[in-house]
Amino acid sequence: MRKIFNCSLGVLFGAFVVGILFWGGFNWALELTNREAFCISCHEMEENVYQEYRKTIHYNNRTGVRATCPDCHVPKEWGPKVVRKIQASNELLHKVLGTIDTPEKFEKKRIELALHEWKRMKSVDSRECRNCHDFEYMDFIEQGRRAVKAHTRAIEEGRTCIDCHKGIAHRLPKGWEEAAREAGL
Amino acid sequence: MNKMLIPLIAGLLCLSPLAQAEVKSLRGDRPPNEDSRPPIKPQYRKDGEVLPRDFVQQPPLIPHKIDGYQIDLRYNKCLSCHGWDKYREAGATKISQTHFKDREGNDLADIAPTRYFCNQCHVPQANAKPLVENTFQPVESLKEK
Repeated sequence: MRKIFNCSLGVLFGAFVVGILFWGGFNWALELTNREAFCISCHEMEENVYQEYRKTIHYNNRTGVRATCPDCHVPKEWGPKVVRKIQASNELLHKVLGTIDTPEKFEKKRIELALHEWKRMKSVDSRECRNCHDFEYMDFIEQGRRAVKAHTRAIEEGRTCIDCHKGIAHRLPKGWEEAAREAGL
Repeated sequence: MNKMLIPLIAGLLCLSPLAQAEVKSLRGDRPPNEDSRPPIKPQYRKDGEVLPRDFVQQPPLIPHKIDGYQIDLRYNKCLSCHGWDKYREAGATKISQTHFKDREGNDLADIAPTRYFCNQCHVPQANAKPLVENTFQPVESLKEK
């Protein structure tokens, strides 16, 4: 009896250790795909969106604080992150199909891809923006006249960051205003 | 004889190292192939009231920052507030009607391509020291009393 108890305890402990290893390994691999270097290992990202992002304040600024690709495009919370990663498997398929493997193809698809991301951000109340930018801690005294007016209105009307701040890290596609209006963004 | 000599001497003086040392551009007298300290970026005013004009035909100055504004084939950020469809809501100055004429003087329904690149004429302002002395005074009719 005692032997069986000892044995099952051993199995349980073994499973515990394997579980930790597996879980740690899974998260480690997941985080490996959550780095800028991984994102721009595809030339589609490196040559188009990354080059545009390099000229913006989220890449290069006075204090050196940065928002890298996953900071805006991948949720921080575990559940939504895994959902987004599963959705990204579709992007792998299009990488293989070569859907945007030339600048011309990318330019044609730009509006569609931008709309996807704007919709995603609006549906979660610009969650990724708000990881850093919080209305609670915005000092309206430090802001410009126009910014104060716009942000006050945004709070009153319950608007979200992406409603106005489109094209802050990448160039806006042609005819985006009409497309966004039609999509209810 | 004398008349010939003066340009000759002047020409020789120009070639001498003495004269070369005196040549000084606004960039400074450091040779272009030597490292120089990068210029300090002027601090543009963040946002403010409309700036006064100094001459009648002066393109109005931009009283706010325009860092990172996209003005290209795809989109013109300035028009998102200064366009005729937006200026009322944004509380911005609307684009002058003169910008709706092409170079032949034909009236257009939208902003003329020749006027599309706003910052060719309209510029933001920084509190920078003038590079050269300037005694320009605005014309009497524009002086605010």
